[in-house]
Amino acid sequence: MSEYILEMLNITKTFPGVKALDSVNLRVKRGEIHCLVGENGSGKSTLMKILSGVYPYGEYSGDIIYDGKIQKFSRISDSEKVGIVTIYQELALIPELTVYENVYLGHEILKGKTIDWNETIVQADKMLKKVGLDVNPSVKIKDLGVGKQQLVEIAKALSKNVKLLILDEPTAALNEIESENLLNLITELKKEGVTSILISHKLKEVTAVADTITVLRDGKFISTMDVESEPVLEGKIIKHMVGREIDDIYPKRPNKNIGEVFFEVANWSAYDYNLGRQILKNIDFNVRKGEIVGIAGLMGAGRTELALSIFGNSKGYKVEGDLIIEGKKVNVKTVKDAIEAGIAYVTEDRKGNGLILIDDIKSNITLANLKDLSKNGVVNSHEEIKIANEYKASLNIKAPSIEQKVGNLSGGNQQKVSLAKWLFAKPNLLILDEPTRGIDVGAKYEIYTLMNKLVEQGMSIIMISSELPEVLGMSDRIYVMADGKFVGELSQEEATQEKIMQLATY
Amino acid sequence: MELLKEAKQLIKQNLREYGMYIALVVIMIIFSITTGGLFNSSRNISNLINQNGYIAVLTVGMTLVLIICNIDLSVGYVAGFLGAVAAILLTKTGLPVYVVIPVVLLMGILIGLFNGILVGKLKIPAFVVTLAGMMIFRGALILITEGTGTIIIPNKTFNAIGTGFIPDIVQGSDIHILTLILGGLAILFYIWTQVKTRRNNIKYNLQVLSLPMFIIKLVFISIIIGYVTWILANYNGLSWTTVVVAIVVATYHFITNKTQLGRHIYAVGGNIEAAKLSGINVKKITYIVFASMSMLAALAGILYTARLQSASTIAGNGFELDAIAAAYVGGVSAAGGVGKVTGSIIGALVIASLTSGMNLMGVGAHYQYIIKGIVLVIAVAFDVITRKKSK
Repeated sequence: MSEYILEMLNITKTFPGVKALDSVNLRVKRGEIHCLVGENGSGKSTLMKILSGVYPYGEYSGDIIYDGKIQKFSRISDSEKVGIVTIYQELALIPELTVYENVYLGHEILKGKTIDWNETIVQADKMLKKVGLDVNPSVKIKDLGVGKQQLVEIAKALSKNVKLLILDEPTAALNEIESENLLNLITELKKEGVTSILISHKLKEVTAVADTITVLRDGKFISTMDVESEPVLEGKIIKHMVGREIDDIYPKRPNKNIGEVFFEVANWSAYDYNLGRQILKNIDFNVRKGEIVGIAGLMGAGRTELALSIFGNSKGYKVEGDLIIEGKKVNVKTVKDAIEAGIAYVTEDRKGNGLILIDDIKSNITLANLKDLSKNGVVNSHEEIKIANEYKASLNIKAPSIEQKVGNLSGGNQQKVSLAKWLFAKPNLLILDEPTRGIDVGAKYEIYTLMNKLVEQGMSIIMISSELPEVLGMSDRIYVMADGKFVGELSQEEATQEKIMQLATY
Repeated sequence: MELLKEAKQLIKQNLREYGMYIALVVIMIIFSITTGGLFNSSRNISNLINQNGYIAVLTVGMTLVLIICNIDLSVGYVAGFLGAVAAILLTKTGLPVYVVIPVVLLMGILIGLFNGILVGKLKIPAFVVTLAGMMIFRGALILITEGTGTIIIPNKTFNAIGTGFIPDIVQGSDIHILTLILGGLAILFYIWTQVKTRRNNIKYNLQVLSLPMFIIKLVFISIIIGYVTWILANYNGLSWTTVVVAIVVATYHFITNKTQLGRHIYAVGGNIEAAKLSGINVKKITYIVFASMSMLAALAGILYTARLQSASTIAGNGFELDAIAAAYVGGVSAAGGVGKVTGSIIGALVIASLTSGMNLMGVGAHYQYIIKGIVLVIAVAFDVITRKKSK
């Protein structure tokens, strides 16, 4: 029997326009805890999706050797059959069903043609004991906390005779005690012969439980470190995670003119009723006139939630704290209030909640500020056409006409329409959430140039970004967020990728 | 040759919209032939329009409801119930028509607001809310007509809304002169707005039809308006029902195309999350759309009751389904966000023509339902497929 339970060799996977994985190798030893780390977009999740069969055989190149055999999974059930089970970040449990129904969902225990509920309950109870979860199996999932739900997921995996357990950010939604319990459980399972692959952003956890650590960066394999032979320091992992240079793609801003504090957020907290937990904790920060403030952090740190809670709280969180504009407290209860207070928010998800894809460029640009174009509620269509043409020209939106449907534009041009829409709302504070996600280098440069021009004119910009080079290249000041809190503030001079990562992974 | 090319391109780009107009013309021509000219007789066309006025009014309201991705199943019995209320107010209380009609419309608005709050604020699915409304108003209709049975309405003014025609300026003429004049004005107004829009679009470098194509379009539409006017003028002229429908269509066409409210309605239907993040009050839009729907249901109830000159205990049965079908046939997207008031009216005309033509041909009710069902499925399938292609 080979030392390795799993070898993924030369795995390459391309999405239209992007190479998500480039000849990646991953070797996992039998009975170890193998941690997979890397920045957002480094390809960890893609690699695991290939392993579990979400991206079927044929959609990638390279070999998966599991248990000594080359595997060709074409769906998730294929990988589960040989004992590979993935637990995703978003739990895949059905809230309205009971614990025992969930544990055996998809691989029900049958007596003849029908489900043997008695046996199901007995077996589910056994699995729950194994993961140390002391609840009645007849309780509904929705009545359990996230930590306990996570354990139910693991019980479900055990019920499938798991040999290789993949956990994608399992502690992202858990508090410290729950996290510790979960990590202890994984260590326990190791003793029983279950191999685990753990994806985590929290390097403390990683160094605590890992036997081996593999680092990915930009879809490439960087290193595999054996913790047993030599303890690995967090600093070393971070270096491997970020180790690239900032290219010269960020236009310089020669005449900086940073003024007084324009916008302040004081003691800001938010509670999400749907998740049933605190998502933002006592946040304080400010933005000056003519300043670009970057907010860095890893996925799930709460950056978008922060922006949405400030911008009229459309998600209906329970919010506490103050928003202060030019020294005066403002009362922002709805998105309309926020727009009237001079705040604009350009979403990270332009297709999902930014643009109306079935409408044309013109009506998308004017939607947030039709008021300015209307008299007695009647829209002045001449003025509208004129405005739309102006923005099309000034932002260099490439389309045959302003009557083109936004859904037919490229990502970069859609993003420009989204920007035009919010510039037309005439804000003083512009919140940009992942302003260059999924767009090409040329359009990125245009957007950076535009940002510089706007702050020179006195606007304040908050830029949320997961791309560290972008944060470093564009921001005058950087806040780092982790776990719903602001964990650090860095000036442009002192900020480095390593420092930000150190803070973000605390 | 150039012209043919442009026409091809045009039809390709606007397949869904033009397809409907073409379908309507084809249906009308086929029925005119199969019924030996009976279908396109003045009397039949006049009846066709007047008989379906209440459906047209409902369809206009339903268009907005469907655009914001909701549905209203209660409109049929709301129309039936409020029609009966109007009859009772007229016969029992002796209130004048000029009071009864606004009161009934106001009751419609209140019913709609109630629906809108349940849907928009409490987030109860519109299907459930309005299904409940359908049951409730069906019961209410039976309740208030139980004692009397069918209520005959003796009020001439009220009945004229459903059965009367506009007076002529010249007495004793075979042809209805005022109708001809109004038709002529309609054509002039149409040409004037089209020319104005074209001029502006050229000014702003927007895409326009080539001049010959533009003229062909103007002539084509003018001929249709002219033809319908001529036919109506040869019978009794323009009916009051037609006038009411025309006012409703013009008002809603203006609101949906020209106003902030209209744009917000389309935005909510196109992407509700984006609408919210654009500062649009989605709840308010929901209230308005449902209130307008039930107000139009009240108007439909008035038209229907006036046409029958009585309120019956079963009025309203199936109206909502006709209205929904007409809107879908008329190009409202099943996914929301897309649809035109004018398109829905064409949809209503397609269905009305099918019914009328098949009646004249003596096709049984069973086959009529089957054929209308098939037409509905084809229209929506066509819609879904052409949309997929354009992506």
